[in-house]
Formats: sequence, C-alpha cells, structure tokens
Amino acid sequence: MNANYELPLEDAGYSFGFLDEYAKKEVRRCILKAISIPGYQTPYASREMPMGRGFGTGGLQLTLSLIGEDDTLKVIDQGSDDSVNAVNLRQFVQLTCPGVEVTEKTQEATLIQSRHRIPEKQLTEQQILVLQVPYPDALVVVEPSEARRKVMHGEADYSRLLVKLYEDVVRFDEITISHRYPTRINGHYVIDPSPIPRWDVPRLHQSPALVLLGAGREKKIYAVPPYTLAEPLVFDDIAFRVEDFRDANGKRIACRCCGSTVSFLDELIDDAGNVTHQCSDSAYCEEEQETISARKQA
Amino acid sequence: MSNKILSVRGLSRIHGEQCPLCIASTGPEHDTNICPHCGSVVAAHDVNFDLYRGEILGIIGESGSGKSSTVKTLYFDEAPTAGSATFYDGGAQHDMFALNAAQQRSMRNKRFGMVYQNPHLGLNFQISAGGNIAERLLMSDLKHYGEIRTRAGDLLVRTEVARARMDQNPKTFSGGMQQRVQIAKALATQPPLLFLDEVTTGLDLSVQAAILDLILEIQHELGTAMIVVTHDLGVIRLLAGRTLVMKHGRVIESGLTDQILEDPQHAYTQRLVASAL
Repeated sequence: MNANYELPLEDAGYSFGFLDEYAKKEVRRCILKAISIPGYQTPYASREMPMGRGFGTGGLQLTLSLIGEDDTLKVIDQGSDDSVNAVNLRQFVQLTCPGVEVTEKTQEATLIQSRHRIPEKQLTEQQILVLQVPYPDALVVVEPSEARRKVMHGEADYSRLLVKLYEDVVRFDEITISHRYPTRINGHYVIDPSPIPRWDVPRLHQSPALVLLGAGREKKIYAVPPYTLAEPLVFDDIAFRVEDFRDANGKRIACRCCGSTVSFLDELIDDAGNVTHQCSDSAYCEEEQETISARKQA
Repeated sequence: MSNKILSVRGLSRIHGEQCPLCIASTGPEHDTNICPHCGSVVAAHDVNFDLYRGEILGIIGESGSGKSSTVKTLYFDEAPTAGSATFYDGGAQHDMFALNAAQQRSMRNKRFGMVYQNPHLGLNFQISAGGNIAERLLMSDLKHYGEIRTRAGDLLVRTEVARARMDQNPKTFSGGMQQRVQIAKALATQPPLLFLDEVTTGLDLSVQAAILDLILEIQHELGTAMIVVTHDLGVIRLLAGRTLVMKHGRVIESGLTDQILEDPQHAYTQRLVASAL
C-alpha cells in the first residue's frame, strides 16, 4: 500500500474501529447470544466492509466490535503473519483503531484473528480467537434448503452427515474430510469449524480461550465458549484421526526450519520438484528457531 | 390387555380454505371430493379403524380416493386437518398428532417404516444401497460402523439382495431390487408398524409375486403390523385380513377381506369386484 496514504479519518468521521457504535453493539449482542447457545449460528446484520465478502469480513467485524485501545492484536492467515490477507487486515485495524498494539507473538496477543488455523501455542483464558468462516453450516453438504437445515439443527438431526462419513469409509476405508470437519459443540449443535485442518479440531475441545466464528457473507456468528465440549462426529468404533505427517518409513517428518516434530506442517514443492515440510504457524517456527540458536550460544 | 397397535378416529385431510358446506357436499353420493362452494379438496374425511399386532390392513380404492392421504398423515408426511390417532407401543400410548416435531420424527424413524410406490421417494439415489439402510440405523442412534455394516448386509440378504451389491448405488438396480432395498430400509429398525403404499405397482408379475411373498414372510417372522395401500384386488386378497374400501375421500365399506370380495355391499365395491380381471 502507498506509504503516504492516510485514511481521511477526521473528514469521514469514522468512529474507533471503523464500524459505527450501533453496528458494534448489534454484533456484540449477537456474540453474547452465540456464547449463550454454544454452536448455534446466530444471524446478524453483516455490514458492508471496505473489502470483498469472502476476504474475512465476518472475522473482521467481530474483531472490530471487540477491540479496545488496550488490546493487542495478532492476525494470521493459514498460520502465517505475513501473508497478504493477514497483512491487509492488520493494517486496516491499525488504520481504524489508533492505539491498538499489534504483535506476531501468540502469547502477547489478547485478540487473535485467524484464517484456517489455530496457533500452535496453547491459548489462555485471557485470549479470544476469532476465526473467519466461509461456510458456516456443516449441513450444507447434505441439505440445500436453509429452512430445512434449521429444523435439522433444532432437532439435532445429524444422521445424514454420518451417512456421508459412512459412505467415505465404505469407499476409501477412512473419512476423507481434511478440513471443515463437522464438530459437535456442547452435545447438541454441529458446527462447521471453518476450514481449520483436522489437526486443530481437538484443540477446540475444552479450550481455555473463547473461540468466535464469523461468516460475513453468510451473516452468521457462532461460538465455542471456553471449556466447552467440542467433539468431531465419528462412529463409535472408528476413532477420529489427525494428520500424522509420516514419511514412507513411518518416521515423523520434521520442519525444515526449526526441526519441530510436534507442529502442523505445510508441504512445499520447489522448482526442482523436491518436497520439503515447514511449520504452518510461522510465529511458532521462528520462536523455536530462536530457542535453538540461544541454546547453541549458551 | 389388547394387542391394539394403532387406533385412528375421525381422521380428515382437507386441502384448501374449507367452508361449512365442504363435508356435506362431497363424498361418494355427490360423486366428487371437490367442494363446489369453495373448491377445497376433501382428500379424506372421517376415517376410523383399529389395527392389531401382526395384522395386515388393506386400503383399496381408485386414484384420488384418499387412501394415500390417509397413510401420509399417519406417517407424518402431511398434517391432518382433524382427527386423532393413538399408537400403542409396549405399554405406552402416544397421541400421534399431539407430539412435537422432534418426537414425531423419532417415532417415524424408530417405530414406523414406509415403502413408497416410487423408490425415488424412499431411497437416496446419491448414496449406496447400504448407505440408505445405514441412514435409518444412524437416525435411530446406532453409531457403530461395524454393526451398521453387519445389520445392513443381513437386511439386504433377508430381502434377497446380494450382499455383494451392498456398496453399489441403487440407480444401477432393477425396479424389483430397488423395492427390496426400500423394504430392507423400512425394516432396519425392526418397526412394529409398516406402511406399504402401492409397493408392487409398476413391477412385472413374477417380481410382484416375489415381493408379496417377501412381505408375507416378514409378517410371519417379525409379526409386523402393516397398512397396505393399493388399487390391486389381487394384492388385497393375498395380503390383507381386513380391508377398507375408499371412494372420494370416504370409507364406504370395511370388513374382512374375504367378505368384501365375496359379498360386496356398496354399489362401488360391487363394481370394483366385478371389474377385476
């Protein structure tokens, strides 16, 4: 972006956080409702944002409604603080919320907006995680009518999702959903936990941090409150599995930068066709590297 | 303690706005089920019957006589306009139309079974035959994959569909086989009550005979009570112990099937029996 460009905040009369106070109030009320009914998709009046729907407007509206001058914000996209979506959203918040600190360190943040990942580092009760959601309804794959989906949610009727899992196991001997794994919250509503990988699904379960999910285009807010049950849909005799990152010999692949064998890895293919792996969470990876180099110096 | 399983009283289903003259100006004596005053369709009016454990009740009548409407309201596909139905289940009594939607869905999934004339209504053609049966089992809260596989396979074998075809799409099946898969699906939860809506219509004669045999075997084996809706006198004669004859939304005659077929009282029934090939 142009370094000389300044948002005409004074002229435009934007309030703190871009959204007007009434909009923020409405979003906050919907957040409270979403927390009160864990997993329920609360409809809200998604505002026009100065960016296209589908670029994280749902998450951004949550962030802007929650953020205050004493907050520290971290924005990540697919685990990385430096990818385009994350950088743009972070700059937008900096422009519209004067006084807000931004950080790349997970443990320093009070508010984390994320696309498609939960940070590797364990979140705390003091933190709120906001996830950007493209498709809020897990039932959309089996039922096209929203009216009927609402009835199915109300009656906790998720047998048709399980039929889909059954068909997967019949055809491929395992469940083939890699992300957006349907997850049951507090024993009733099944949510689409946004396109986080399976790896992150168990980390929603009894999470100390509040997890809020916002879909701007679909105009829905839902929540996984702290210390709440979050169980992936499975059969009694087929356990839920996360990605295991093993090579052909069955050895756990390590990150090429920090050597971690306990993080979620991205697969990278260079021009020569060589496959390497690297931590998807860049902040985690850098911190691991720093720890290693500090140990070497000592 | 009687073996009653279902008791239906004054069941009505009227489509349209309704006026006070609807009932008086429709029915067999007026030769119509459309009210001349307001245009409402009286699909079924004042249907009464009792059904006992293991019994097969036939409902016969021409197209538009209200036989399918009656069954659809009992299976909760449509809401009735008036009337009540009581379902007796292991000592408990359920006033069917007073239940809430979730209770109705649960009763429909666990305690009832339905076989439609058109397999497209009863089966999901996007998934395998086994998946269709698994759907019913999953709806009744069985969540053990291995057990679902075994039960679905056994049901298909019971209804004479090869276990090897379990994972194929019912699209690739013949009409008779699709009907067998529907029956297997309906039986998945071992329901005490089964609705059969024109199950053999459109199948060729030998397949019809095989399906009817299967239905009788199931009735003997499991003691399932059934309501068989058909316009085919042969099916009624073979399956049903008691029969209701419907015309223009009213029950015009009811009684033992043999009696109705041998000694029909109502003029319409006489014509129906006389016209049978």
